[in-house]
Amino acid sequence: MADAKLRARTVIARLGIVCLIALLGFALYAPTQRLDGMRPLADSDDDRVLQEVSKRSAELRKLQAVARARADAPDLATALRLARENIEQARALSDPRYLGRAQAALKPWWNSPSPPHGVLVLRAVIRQSNHEFAAALADLSLALEIAPEDAQAWLTQSSLQVVRGDYAAARRSCGPLHRLATELVATACLAAVDGVTGRADAAHDALHDVLARSNAAHPGLKCWALTLLAELARYKGDPATAERHFRAALAHGQDDAYLLAAWADFLLDRGRPREVVALLEKHTEADGLLLRLALAEAQLRTPRRNEHAAELAERFAASRARGDRIHLREEARYVLKLERQPARALELALENWRVQHEAADARLVLEAALATGDVPAAQPVLEWLHQTQFEAPYVRALARQLGGAPR
Amino acid sequence: MRRCPIIPLLLLLLPGSLARAHKPSDSYLALQLDGARIEGRWDISLGDLDYALGLDADGDGAITGREVRAAQPAIADYALSRLRIVDGRENCPTVAREHLITTRSDGAYAVLRFTSTCSQAPRGIEVIYGLLFDVDAQHRGLVRVASGQQVQTAVLRADAAERRFAVAAHPAGQQVLDFIGEGVRHIWGGIDHILFLLALLLPSVLRRERNAWRPVSTLKPAMSDVLKVVTAFTVAHSVTLSLSTLGAAALPPRLVETAIAASIVAAAVNNLYPLFEGRWGIAFALGLLHGFGFSNALLEMDLPRTITAVTLLGFNLGVEIGQLAIVAVFVPIAYAMRATWLYRRFALVGGSVAVGAIACVWSIDRLLS
Repeated sequence: MADAKLRARTVIARLGIVCLIALLGFALYAPTQRLDGMRPLADSDDDRVLQEVSKRSAELRKLQAVARARADAPDLATALRLARENIEQARALSDPRYLGRAQAALKPWWNSPSPPHGVLVLRAVIRQSNHEFAAALADLSLALEIAPEDAQAWLTQSSLQVVRGDYAAARRSCGPLHRLATELVATACLAAVDGVTGRADAAHDALHDVLARSNAAHPGLKCWALTLLAELARYKGDPATAERHFRAALAHGQDDAYLLAAWADFLLDRGRPREVVALLEKHTEADGLLLRLALAEAQLRTPRRNEHAAELAERFAASRARGDRIHLREEARYVLKLERQPARALELALENWRVQHEAADARLVLEAALATGDVPAAQPVLEWLHQTQFEAPYVRALARQLGGAPR
Repeated sequence: MRRCPIIPLLLLLLPGSLARAHKPSDSYLALQLDGARIEGRWDISLGDLDYALGLDADGDGAITGREVRAAQPAIADYALSRLRIVDGRENCPTVAREHLITTRSDGAYAVLRFTSTCSQAPRGIEVIYGLLFDVDAQHRGLVRVASGQQVQTAVLRADAAERRFAVAAHPAGQQVLDFIGEGVRHIWGGIDHILFLLALLLPSVLRRERNAWRPVSTLKPAMSDVLKVVTAFTVAHSVTLSLSTLGAAALPPRLVETAIAASIVAAAVNNLYPLFEGRWGIAFALGLLHGFGFSNALLEMDLPRTITAVTLLGFNLGVEIGQLAIVAVFVPIAYAMRATWLYRRFALVGGSVAVGAIACVWSIDRLLS
């Protein structure tokens, strides 16, 4: 008996020692990663790619140097070029970091009430991305006084006016486009206004006709027009047509974040979350797309949904930590649908409504108001609905439930 | 008609109403005050550093470890020349100490650890921040200033780049005392560590005689045994706690937690089927695992303080003090009761079974979660 015990003891002891040595060896050898998140560079990192950057950064740094060379006489042309490059990058990668760089390039003129025309236009674009819509409109207005032939500025102005709910002005801004740009651009501009003012049907048909005639248009323009057509079809309550237009837009392969988001929203409304997951699985850098993905996963109860939802929460928190308030629409939707806190969602939705008046913003307020049962809070949006005669059935239905459906 | 410019800028309209993807530029600056010394940790995005300084030496669009290493002196110069910490009237000069890297949601960051020394313990410091504003007007410095238990945060921007932080009076060396306290809290809150230790100590007041437990007749062998077990456990977990906290060794947390639970089972089983009567060996071997557990817990705490060798020593000391307190309470009771049926059957056997069973459940749970 004692013998067996001795043997057992020896075996276990030896086994234990071997295991421990193995474990410790592994612990000491494995790439050390301190849990407070940081570690020294290891030799194995020498050839490892830690961060991808633009191949053009050397060139951009040269531009920076030139632009800043003389503080008393800043080089406008170079500064504009640098700003435009960064804005291009921001658009191409859907990455806001570049907008800060563009803004820095324009620093000598940034706070001037009447800077050169080129600066005005770019400043408007940057301000618009910051949701400083009033300031952006002021810049565009000034820019157009200086250079009334700038079609892009008219178009941007119109779209900002739509966001602010100033539809008469938006329509007027489309006017010059008939002369300054193609028929397609002008028609699309008007269609965007008409779509939210109760004329979605006519707007859709008009734009559809013009698009059919515009085969030579740039694919990016066609894609934009098709996305707009899809939204118009949704507004007039024709989901089959909307889907056709969405698919045609996607076929252009533009992978545009706006298009993907709009298509995902359509699919979510039609109860097709699986397609949303397939569509957006690879697009988790974009906050808006991550949100749609998380919404779809919540419906499907997929295993990764908590991970994505948690990541979203972190991103909103990071944005708030910085003092940015530009994600209000997305955050409100997240809080309503994923965190399920209708009161807070309503707060955010109303704060968002103060800044922008698009269909999605209206819908959010109504949904949140319904969820909290706070009907008076929805009043501003109900009034807006009444004024604009916006007809999207899914928004109308919400309004009816709140007891405020316009005639 | 200018069609070309319309196209690229046109599509910019649309994402404007969409939440922005990725993240604007932020840096994270943490300052820990300890007497006249300030420990700093500054996380700066590699992408931003590349745009400002140029890290990508071969222009292939990929920043490698080699390229970062080569640029580290330049990074330290660049960053520290754009930060001023002022105590009332005079600058507290900064010196770079260590370069590390880390990853955040938007990519890889360079971590610069530095110290700043004021001529006396400041009552307030002014942070004057100037990093990256000249190349990124929307950059923000997220600053966190900790002094003792007090933490203050601020967001510094191009148009608001300075901030004053009032500092509560605290003696130098307060930090070490805080860590000692944390150490005590950890062992008292670490039920699995306590259970392991107690399971090992239960037989200390007994001896094995002809397949049965008998009480020892004098205090001396009991104390000697307790001393051996406790010392072995202490030495073992101190070693791995230190190695792990300082980054020289690392084990996956899930593995560690499961192993710790399994170690309790082992200790409990050994009480019921004693294979090893001198349990200091087990205490040492399995204590190594517990050290990793302490370290993980320490690093996971969102301490506003930076962990240095001194503070780590303090934490360790705290753990030992806490442990000693438990032992000092347990041993006299155990010794006094060693002859009773209550102790030998209920506490030792029953207790070991219960503890073993709980620890078994923990093991499985931790393994699977």
